[in-house]
Amino acid sequence: MSFQGTKINPTSFSKSQIPFYIVLIPMATFMLLPVLFIFNQAFKPLDELFLFPPRFFVQNPTFNNFTELFRTATSTGVPLVRYLFNTLVITLIMVFLTILISTMTGYVLSKKKFRAKKALFGLNQTALMFVRTAVVIPTYFIIVQIGLNNNPLVHILPYLAVPVNVFLMKQFIDQVPDALIEAARIDGANDFQILFKLIYPLTKNAIATVAILTFQATWGAVESSSLYIQDETMKSFAFYLNTLASSNTGSAHAGVGMAAAAGLIMFLPNLIIFIIMQSRVMNTMAHAGIK
Amino acid sequence: MDTLNKVTGTKKHFLKDAKFKDAMTVFFMLLPYVLLFSLFIAFPVAIAIFLSLTSFNVIETPSFLGLTNYINIFTQDPVFLKYVLPNTLMFSLLVGPGGYMLSFLLAWLLAQIQALPRTIIALAVYSPSMVGGVFISVVWRTLFSGDESGYINALLMDWDIIDRPIQFLQSPEYLMPIVIVVALWSSMGVGFLAMLAGILNGNEELYEAAYIEGIRNKFQEVVHVTIPMMKPQMLFGAVMAIVATFTNGYIGVALSGSNPTPQNAVQLITNHIDDYGFIRYEMGYAAALSVVLLLVIWIFSKVAYRLFAEKD
Repeated sequence: MSFQGTKINPTSFSKSQIPFYIVLIPMATFMLLPVLFIFNQAFKPLDELFLFPPRFFVQNPTFNNFTELFRTATSTGVPLVRYLFNTLVITLIMVFLTILISTMTGYVLSKKKFRAKKALFGLNQTALMFVRTAVVIPTYFIIVQIGLNNNPLVHILPYLAVPVNVFLMKQFIDQVPDALIEAARIDGANDFQILFKLIYPLTKNAIATVAILTFQATWGAVESSSLYIQDETMKSFAFYLNTLASSNTGSAHAGVGMAAAAGLIMFLPNLIIFIIMQSRVMNTMAHAGIK
Repeated sequence: MDTLNKVTGTKKHFLKDAKFKDAMTVFFMLLPYVLLFSLFIAFPVAIAIFLSLTSFNVIETPSFLGLTNYINIFTQDPVFLKYVLPNTLMFSLLVGPGGYMLSFLLAWLLAQIQALPRTIIALAVYSPSMVGGVFISVVWRTLFSGDESGYINALLMDWDIIDRPIQFLQSPEYLMPIVIVVALWSSMGVGFLAMLAGILNGNEELYEAAYIEGIRNKFQEVVHVTIPMMKPQMLFGAVMAIVATFTNGYIGVALSGSNPTPQNAVQLITNHIDDYGFIRYEMGYAAALSVVLLLVIWIFSKVAYRLFAEKD
């Protein structure tokens, strides 16, 4: 008699899977509806946006909302492209530095021996549950004290230490065999060479995951712009779209279409990058357990 | 004799040198993270604890109060006792454990189907975690808009369930359920992915053995094989769920467009902190609220560790 129990990750379809689909498909549809909605809304021409009764799907799609969005500028005359440029630069630096810091820390916590190692890892593990919004006020005082207020670096420095990233890198570097590192050391490699030439290629999946998580967080970040930056030319794209959207939602505003276009622009890069990298992310998550 | 001494001497020297170099590498590789961690995670918590014992209005220097702020939270703050505390408890219990169980259920169901449909459905389920704050306010505010051109209102009127549009986002009785639905909708994040990966990486032989030992159905299988097997992922998912729940506190303010929310209907402790800190400038009191919140989070995660941590 062959095995009659469960089959995790089945390779073929069987009738016994139908009940799972019956639950999954409505759930997935519910999750996806808002996403479908914004896709339709963003491409609606003006008359369809204010149609009564409203219609979910777009009939004559147009790029008007996007062109209009890119033509607007703030009252102070800062063009949208400026915000986009700020965010692109910030995001690039953030992704690069986060990868560097998380892999270095993960490598040391995983492969080096030193006295405070266990305590440090334990501290990082506790900090996984750190909720930034809980201590936004003391953080504000620190930022003002060290002169980061209205300084472009405030978009970057406070957000580089992310316990989850260090945790993911450490867990993943744990998988690299010690013998490999020993061999490299006998060949005369120092720790930095081991990190860049050996660990980096072997932990690409985890690095990709850290990069995605950092990209998502930075691309959509509004906190630094709304709390710490007063100079309009240094604020982020997401912040600008957010102010624009919040003054234009509801229904009776001319900018609803523009707000929807803004929402879609914030979402699309995240979606595309995730689709490209999803197998790497899943591979990393398999090692993401807390023991 | 002399040469021998010399050789062991250089060897010792060499070893000491290597050890020193090693310590330097550890130091420099850890330095950036430790500095940033201290400055933006550890210090803020320490300062919150200090400020919570004072009265501080940003302009004058803080004056020491002892535990007065804490006592006031639980005895003198009618908004906290009447709205913030019950709201926070309800919201965090429904969205925290509720969202967590939902993401485990979805992950488990997804593991039972083939790879291609699984990837597509998993992407659909994860997509709300990628949309960002702009998207959340645009979409949900348009859908629940309070006049007849709001989608939900138009639909309900079309079906003759209501005859007048409902001010969903301004009326206390509807706002809380809507905020909970939106928070649940956006709660399938990294923890969900970790649990899905954990189930998929399960050991097939364990399942076979369990069936030989007399497990009879899927429910027993989940309780006796799947969950014990992936405890580390369950714990990671739980910690992520706790963080997401308290980070999602902004949703009520984003949807209603005001802090405090209409009649304090969805006033959560995070909104209460912002209200006292950035609107009223009572920093000592706001800090005490922060410490209370950190304690709540800590208790939640203690429960998660109690449930899933592997005992040595």
